[in-house]
Amino acid sequence: MIEIKDLHKSYKMGSNSLHVLKGINFSVEEGELVAIMGSSGSGKSTLLNILGMLDVLDEGSYTLDGVPIKNLNETKAAQYRNKFLGFVFQSFNLINYKSAMENVALPLYYQKVGRKERQEKALKYLEQVGLREWADHLPSELSGGQKQRVAIARAMAAEPKVLLADEPTGALDSTTSYEVMDLIQKINDAGNTILIVTHEPDIADMCKRIVHLKDGVIVEDKKITQVRASQYV
Amino acid sequence: MFSRDNWKEIFETIHKNKLRTFLSGFTVALGILIFVVLFGMGNGLVNTFEEFFGDDATNVLYVFPGRTTVPYKGYKSNRTIEFDNSDLADINKNFAMFVEYTTPRISRSGLVKYKNESNNYTTRAVGPAHQYAEKTIIMEGRFLNEEDIKNRTKYVVIGRLVEKDLFGSENSLGEYIDVAGSAFMVIGVFQDDGGDNEERLIYMPYTTRQLIEKNTDKVDQFIVAFKPEIGYAGAMALDRSLDRFFREKKYISPDDQSGVFIRNVADQLKQNQQFARVLQIIVAFVAFGTIIAGIIGISNIMVFVVKERTKELGIRKALGATPKSVIGSILLESVFITTVSGFLGMLLGVFILNSLGEKLKDYFITNPYIDITMAISATLVLILFGAIAGYIPAKRAADIKPIEALRDE
Repeated sequence: MIEIKDLHKSYKMGSNSLHVLKGINFSVEEGELVAIMGSSGSGKSTLLNILGMLDVLDEGSYTLDGVPIKNLNETKAAQYRNKFLGFVFQSFNLINYKSAMENVALPLYYQKVGRKERQEKALKYLEQVGLREWADHLPSELSGGQKQRVAIARAMAAEPKVLLADEPTGALDSTTSYEVMDLIQKINDAGNTILIVTHEPDIADMCKRIVHLKDGVIVEDKKITQVRASQYV
Repeated sequence: MFSRDNWKEIFETIHKNKLRTFLSGFTVALGILIFVVLFGMGNGLVNTFEEFFGDDATNVLYVFPGRTTVPYKGYKSNRTIEFDNSDLADINKNFAMFVEYTTPRISRSGLVKYKNESNNYTTRAVGPAHQYAEKTIIMEGRFLNEEDIKNRTKYVVIGRLVEKDLFGSENSLGEYIDVAGSAFMVIGVFQDDGGDNEERLIYMPYTTRQLIEKNTDKVDQFIVAFKPEIGYAGAMALDRSLDRFFREKKYISPDDQSGVFIRNVADQLKQNQQFARVLQIIVAFVAFGTIIAGIIGISNIMVFVVKERTKELGIRKALGATPKSVIGSILLESVFITTVSGFLGMLLGVFILNSLGEKLKDYFITNPYIDITMAISATLVLILFGAIAGYIPAKRAADIKPIEALRDE
């Protein structure tokens, strides 16, 4: 599903540049649930942003579902993001003046899905995350866990190939974190490929594979036995 | 770009961001409103101006004699020039090609009495054509005619205020009034747009006046109306040839500044119109300044709007919004708001102007109005510049990488 070869990325900071990713080789199969771990500054978020086409790589190659991702203009990148990827952010990034349902329906709007169908689908995904009754509420009327579940529903609504989550539990307490992870595991059980960036070991243990980044290189890549979040909920 | 879905999305955004909508709409509406009202007031000023100078016929020359200051052809200087009836006949004969009508005018002031009422009035002894030169409007009875001139009748036509002063609410027609010792019958009452003074005049046949003054044939001045079709240049030419004619006939040096005077209303009118035009240009300048201020206002608001939405736009881009759709939605939103509020402001301005009408006449503004094409063009210009002003920050926002936009807290 994801194929990365010899990926380099550096950021210009004035006159000197910061080499963040120093040759990453990495691939993800369909249906995997991967945790990308590392301390802050290890380059894990940069890697996720490149995978999400929110940022561009300097060197190396990136293939997503058989499509080489390179030299994309903004229009093309936007279309690929819409078609291939779903995002979950630490700070939820819901649009504050739109209701939960409208937020979930937004990616479908950019897929040019009709209004009626959009609403039906949005309600269906809200149902899946258990927030159907909250469909008409604004983000400001929801708790942190609810917001993140809306964000997950939004990411899933476009039916992406890969779900990318950047510290999805970073802003949540542990009980809520486990609820969110439970949801993510269920989505993964349904066959979706998911990548999670986290620095919390207990969250990483709930994935099926942990990739450890340190100073811009992969130091460890291991498959683990998944801890089910449902036992904590 | 114009699908129903896009509009729905835009309406939702507008609906849910009322402050933003209000700010940009208000700027545009206010800009257009002030422009329309100012421009209309300018036109009102010009209207007043034209009314001031429009109460007399504009195709007339006033010719009056003076006193020579230069000796010429054996005549000493300081000689009083006088006009008489033969001069009038000469004008009619020599300038028949250009002249529409002529009339002499002899002005005298004197006590006028009716029963117990009396007052001092200026009496003008004139010919029938004087009615056109002064645009005298007859309210009752008639003006002087050729028969009156020929028969030297003792008839007068009195101004509306003369009748009011002397007769009160009584009817003056057919009554006799005492003008400086002679009895005259009132045959008509007139009004005049030129103000109260013009309505305190009394007209009598000039031949009658000459008879009273020991059967003289002297005349104070001539009013010569030229045919309008000869135009401004023709009027100036007639002005010069009349001047030459009188200098020759009365032996006045061509260099004498004060032997004969000709007041050319056409020339004055042209100057007045130029003044009015300058006024209008100043008003237009101020009005366009308002439009430019409006453009700057809407530009500022657009920059603010885009800045405020940076994060939202980043989210939208992460969810698959293309730069084109980002720019498109910002622009459509701004054009929609500016169009609606621009036309609202314009309509309100036009409504204000219409309801003003004559109410500001004391401030020299009469019937302010704005050409509807002008109002619409100004509105369109503001909409266009609002769109351009919105495009630049929208383009910049669309070019920001989503990751940078999302980082923007």
